Amino acid sequence: MTWLTDFFGDPARWSGPDGIPVRMLEHLEFSVLALVLAMLIAIPLGLLIGHTGRGGVVVVVSANLARALPTLGILVLFVLLLGTASIWPVIIPLVLLAVPPILVNTFEGIRGVDPELRDAAYGMGLRGGQVLGRVLVPVALPLILLGLRLSAIQVVATTTVAAYTGLGGLGRFMIDGFATQDYSSVVGGSVLIVLFALVVQLAFMLTQRVTVSPGVSQRLKIR
Amino acid sequence: MGDGPPTLWEWFARNWQTGRVGSISDLLGDHLLMSLVPIVAGLVLALPLGLASVRWRWLYQPTSGVFNVIYALPSLPVFMLLISVTGLSPVTVIIPLTFYAMAVLIPAVVDGLGSVPDHVRQSAVAMGFTPLRRLVQVELPIAAPVVLGGLRVVAVSSISLVSVGALIGQGGLGMLFTRAYQNPFLPPVIVGIVLIVLLALVVDGLLVLCQRLLTPWVRARGTS
Amino acid sequence: MITFDAVTKRYPDGTTAVDRLSLEAPTGEITVFVGPSGCGKTTSLRMINRMIDATEGKILLDGEPVQGIDPPTLRRGIGYVIQQAGLFPHRKIVDNVATVPFLLGWSRKKARDRAMELLERVGLDLSLAERYPFQLSGGQQQRVGVARALAADPPVLLMDEPFSAVDPVVRTSLQDELLRLQAELNKTIIFVTHDIDEAIKLGDRVAVLRVGGQLAQLAAPKTLLSEPADDFVREFLGRDRGIRRLQFVPTAGLPLRTDLTVPEGHDGTADEPWLLAVTPDDRPVGWISKDRPGQLEQFGTFLYGQDPLRSALDAALLSPSGHAVAVDETGQVAGVLTRKALDQAMMEAADG
Repeated sequence: MTWLTDFFGDPARWSGPDGIPVRMLEHLEFSVLALVLAMLIAIPLGLLIGHTGRGGVVVVVSANLARALPTLGILVLFVLLLGTASIWPVIIPLVLLAVPPILVNTFEGIRGVDPELRDAAYGMGLRGGQVLGRVLVPVALPLILLGLRLSAIQVVATTTVAAYTGLGGLGRFMIDGFATQDYSSVVGGSVLIVLFALVVQLAFMLTQRVTVSPGVSQRLKIR
Repeated sequence: MGDGPPTLWEWFARNWQTGRVGSISDLLGDHLLMSLVPIVAGLVLALPLGLASVRWRWLYQPTSGVFNVIYALPSLPVFMLLISVTGLSPVTVIIPLTFYAMAVLIPAVVDGLGSVPDHVRQSAVAMGFTPLRRLVQVELPIAAPVVLGGLRVVAVSSISLVSVGALIGQGGLGMLFTRAYQNPFLPPVIVGIVLIVLLALVVDGLLVLCQRLLTPWVRARGTS
Repeated sequence: MITFDAVTKRYPDGTTAVDRLSLEAPTGEITVFVGPSGCGKTTSLRMINRMIDATEGKILLDGEPVQGIDPPTLRRGIGYVIQQAGLFPHRKIVDNVATVPFLLGWSRKKARDRAMELLERVGLDLSLAERYPFQLSGGQQQRVGVARALAADPPVLLMDEPFSAVDPVVRTSLQDELLRLQAELNKTIIFVTHDIDEAIKLGDRVAVLRVGGQLAQLAAPKTLLSEPADDFVREFLGRDRGIRRLQFVPTAGLPLRTDLTVPEGHDGTADEPWLLAVTPDDRPVGWISKDRPGQLEQFGTFLYGQDPLRSALDAALLSPSGHAVAVDETGQVAGVLTRKALDQAMMEAADG
């Protein structure tokens, strides 16, 4: 407990380039950057593969394989190969690791839509793009959002680990504190990241509430 | 041999069995221990909790809520926070990984039991199965494919997650990554990544084999 | 009118789903495609709105080949109803029904007003409009499916086994509802089913298809029952073909006896073995037997001139007297169809 009050009570922690606000913003920046880039790659690809049905096996196999990749090893590998001149040697693996959950869930979501529904949509005269945008995506939305949430959890965690390879963010308090045996910094930083992760989780749950049609989530009681 | 930096293969051969602490084979053993214990412990704990959640429906919502939150916690800060309780030991890594495993396996057990068709359950009741025998002989075998599916996810992610423990000095093969970073050198990273992925694939393969042996009817339906 | 001109559908693996099918589905009538599974009935239906494209031959919609029309445009002008209704789960009922009007660029208000009108028309409570599909029963969902297909007032309606997933009681009411709607709307309907009874009940014309996609017979239901083209059709029609034929024999013009009715409380003494007791305003009460005077026996009625001969036979079999009571729309006795007259009518029906 004294570690926590030492950490959060120290005014020096709240200012400067390695203060809590700056580290928090860095963590947010890297996470959002990696997640947005991963979305830009994975969502269109997942929609395309799910809608056309071609290449599905490749997606599932590569997503399973990606789960086996050790994040720390991949980060170290990229940094050793590309140097630390910019943040990109760290951001690239973050993006790579964030793509599979979004890709596979988007693909499975679209592919899993009841074929009768697809049939009805085409039968009423919707064009391919309209079928995708007006029917398949809204119905697959819970799974697509699940993929985004899993990916966001992954990105927040990997950004933390990436502090080891010199990236800023909240992970710094832990990594630096651990190296210098400053346990108030380790504990304080850990608590901050846990809170950060919980807020991200909460934000996704709220997004799900707001964007998924009650007809799909079946949240309404049958009256 | 001799001049210049060693090739990947030379480095691997030289460090596989050194007789000193920290040889690759040592690290592999640590890695196996730290990943297999959470897989097994996670399953052992998730089964009763899952069964209880099916038996008492009201239990499922809070249980899955709590484990959803746990699953969202990044591993590194959890390791760090546990150090003050369990010290710098493999247990510090094993405990959180066990909880992550439960977060995946409890829903798998619940979904698996939910996949037992009601008519099958009813006919087992009608034939006079006691609840325990019905569970062991009818419901669990039918639930097995779903549970094993969850177990495969848990196994692969546990094996890759152990390596994060290297940042608190308890990472099995992950120690190769920190070693490579501190003394910039590529071979340990590559060996580490390859061995971890191979380990994951082997364990996954064994689980697939288990699945075939335990649930022959699933395959029979697939091929006929 | 929909015309099939030597239409063939062959798949790349060599199987022939539809084999040189030629037939006409007249405007304003219900044409039913019926046959066992694998007879190509659904494939034939889906070639009309180009969900499947024909390999050879032409399908004409009022003389225009559908192959020349852009599929989405074609489909917006054709209503389409499928087995599980295929309602969009993420949209409210009213928005489901308004789907095609929206696609056609109607204003939101106009499309929704039209949707409400149709929901009422297919017999749904308007309070359901703001609900989501999962909150409706299977039968209600199927009614919404029909309303959705009718939304843009298309002249043609394609129905692919629309009622086969609901229970028999609901199915009967949906069938009756369709016939009632069709009497008002006069759409050109192609209806696919595997249920020969449904085909005979709903069809103005029934096309029986055999496995391999060949047309076995195309005829009005009555002709189908009396003159099946071959053994396949005869077998497919199944048992009780003779009795089911009576469904199509009218009772109008059958000779009725009006001298068998007596007021309630009559002592039963007469030359006739059976007399029908009626209330002062001519409603039937029961049969009085000469052998058991003072005792009322049960009776059966049919609506004279509107019910078919099958109903008259049923009414006769319900009564120990063997006579059927003919009533008019108000339920008043029009007369008695005696066993003898019934026999005569059935003999004439058997002669065709």
